[in-house]
Amino acid sequence: MADFEVPETREFPVIPTIMEGAMAHSSPYLAKEKFQQELGFPGDGQLIDGWKETFLNKLAEMLGKYRSLQVFMDICVKCGACTDKCHYFLGTADPKNMPVARQDLLRKVYRRYFTLPGKLFPKLVGAIDLTEEVIDDMYSYYHQCSECRRCSVFCPYGIDTAEVTMAARDILAHIGKGQKYSNEIIAKVHKIGNNLGLPEPALADTLEGLEEEVEEDIGVKVRYPLDEKGADILLVTPSADFFAEPHVDGLIGYGKVFHAAGVSWTISSKASEAANFGLFIGNYENMREISLRIREAAKELGVKRIIFGECGHAWRVAYNFLNTLAGPWDFLDPNYPVPQHILEFTSDCLDRGILNIDKSQNDHMTLTFHDSCNIARASRIGSFPGSQFTIPRKVIKAVCNNFYDMAPETIHDSTFCCGGGGGLLTDDLIELRIKGALPRMEALKNVIAENGVTHMAAICAICKSQFTKVLPYYGMTMDQIVSVHQLVSNAIILEGQGEEDEDEDETDEAA
Amino acid sequence: MTALSILYVLLFYFAIAVLVAGVVNKILQYARVPAPLKIAVTPAPLTKGGVVWRYFNEIVFFNSLFRATKWTWIFGWIFHVALLLAFFRHLRYAISPDSFLWPLINLEVVQSFGKYAGFAMVVGLIGLFGRRLFVDRVRYISAPSDYLMLVLIMAIAGSGLFMHYVSHTDIVQLKAFILGLFYFDWQNLPGDTLLLVHLTLVLALMIIFPYSKLLHVPGLFFAPTRYQIDNPREKRHLAPWAAEMEARDGKNA
Repeated sequence: MADFEVPETREFPVIPTIMEGAMAHSSPYLAKEKFQQELGFPGDGQLIDGWKETFLNKLAEMLGKYRSLQVFMDICVKCGACTDKCHYFLGTADPKNMPVARQDLLRKVYRRYFTLPGKLFPKLVGAIDLTEEVIDDMYSYYHQCSECRRCSVFCPYGIDTAEVTMAARDILAHIGKGQKYSNEIIAKVHKIGNNLGLPEPALADTLEGLEEEVEEDIGVKVRYPLDEKGADILLVTPSADFFAEPHVDGLIGYGKVFHAAGVSWTISSKASEAANFGLFIGNYENMREISLRIREAAKELGVKRIIFGECGHAWRVAYNFLNTLAGPWDFLDPNYPVPQHILEFTSDCLDRGILNIDKSQNDHMTLTFHDSCNIARASRIGSFPGSQFTIPRKVIKAVCNNFYDMAPETIHDSTFCCGGGGGLLTDDLIELRIKGALPRMEALKNVIAENGVTHMAAICAICKSQFTKVLPYYGMTMDQIVSVHQLVSNAIILEGQGEEDEDEDETDEAA
Repeated sequence: MTALSILYVLLFYFAIAVLVAGVVNKILQYARVPAPLKIAVTPAPLTKGGVVWRYFNEIVFFNSLFRATKWTWIFGWIFHVALLLAFFRHLRYAISPDSFLWPLINLEVVQSFGKYAGFAMVVGLIGLFGRRLFVDRVRYISAPSDYLMLVLIMAIAGSGLFMHYVSHTDIVQLKAFILGLFYFDWQNLPGDTLLLVHLTLVLALMIIFPYSKLLHVPGLFFAPTRYQIDNPREKRHLAPWAAEMEARDGKNA
């Protein structure tokens, strides 16, 4: 891999002059045959025989299956509104990372083979032949898009590059070029139930360990149940929550909130993964297979409600697609939306005043909040448009005294992607991830300098992993990214909490 | 009738046929392809009325473009508003004085604003053309057809302005020709060069329309990211092919 420099952060964002080919060398590892086959794809990283015909047939099929793809191929007017909106362009200056140019990698081929002007006068309308070079370009640059949809906010028609990226990745997989990282992870979910390949005994062990840790910490026995039949709530959370930092502190927080609310809940070893990488590779069948595990688990365990933990793209799939892919949910309690987000649960608890909070427990921190792309632009938490912005901040402010937002053009639906989403959270793309994080890092540094912010909270497992990795490259530390439910966990006082300490204090005094 | 007039009668019918058939064909295509997943860009409206409001803001104010880049918004918006005003003014050539619409079209304000619009249109287009030429990011994504489209419309607006301010055509005869097309009572077309340039360019635009990015006009109404209602939990969204898939494998039973 080429040596690269971490981009310099500046006080005000700068739109770079284009540098052609700046990131042409970036491309993730290809999936080997096993990890193509298990997902229903052919090949092993090399182009299959008859790849050109297969590509065009698959493209034709997709154009007939997804209105978004067909319409977006036709209606782009090249106005350039999106060109300076993508964090990967801002961080790399490679013009193919401008959303419109990224779409054009596919659009130029579409024009050539599917439109009259493209067939008759290709050079006039920017249509190109499908060649191996074009395929390599597509594989490279469609893995430089995190499917964050920032571009679609600013497009006059709402053209969503993510739709094109997903379609392109699916087509590429069907001619032999699948991505190792995403494919291996999906295979693990199909086989074992979660992205990490954690089998039931390992999960049980991990959760037991959490119970012990929490009991030792606060003197209250908080349960983290696994596969418990008849529980009210099925918690589906990203598998990173089971052991990664700061994710696991969020999981500890969910447990405490459930405990305070007096609800029975359980995790399922069969559906031990909220994340759904089928979304990233744009493959409906795989996305559905993963979602159906949740349906099976909910039925087997006889739960009444499903709640998702802190995860970005998982919530997009859960909120928008779970009903479509794995519904109908008429066997669950109709009084609750299916599914709910843990923040909806916690926010409701706060509204009802059933959580005992000591905000001073978070006084050593001054917080800001990172709106994750899939929460901001691709789903909703709560009951009105935009409540996905207000609810996390409300919960943070309910448990912290010090909070400042980053610059308005970098938050809410203009939020900058962390740079690691959409199947790109892999070391073979580390240069891209670091450069793509630039706009968010600049916004963060500004509130650190101006408002004394010390920590950034997030509700997405990928954001948390990306930031722990990338913050040190920008001169910050990996513990500066925290989970929202970690803040809740710090501040919540459960019944019986602290009594052991009091007894110890009395014993100390008596001695 | 002159040979020229016959030619242009035929060309007009041809261009109208291509425009209408082409656009209808595309609209049918967009309508028939399913949108199997809820992919509205959030924050998104929770009701149909909300979607109408979302579209109103986009179509009237270009609000997403305004958020994106003020300069493109200024030139693009002025161009489109000017186009609308010029269109209203041109209705005088297609509407008979007996029609109930005539008093509206004939209003001084419609006629005058139509003229100012001609200038505004050219200013807007020059701004957009300049941006395409001089901003490296926009130049990079532009094909020859992107420049030519602007040149085409500028030439139409320019020749129109010339006809009004410099070299008048016989508008009485022109109107008779146009109305003749609608009533199948064909009349002669004035033969001056400027008019022919203007009309030929307009015919070219009509023929190109269904094969070009001008499809953004019908297409934008079919962008799921903007027209979908944000209610996936409340109402199950299922495409016909997905329903078939379910019925076949029974995994959603």
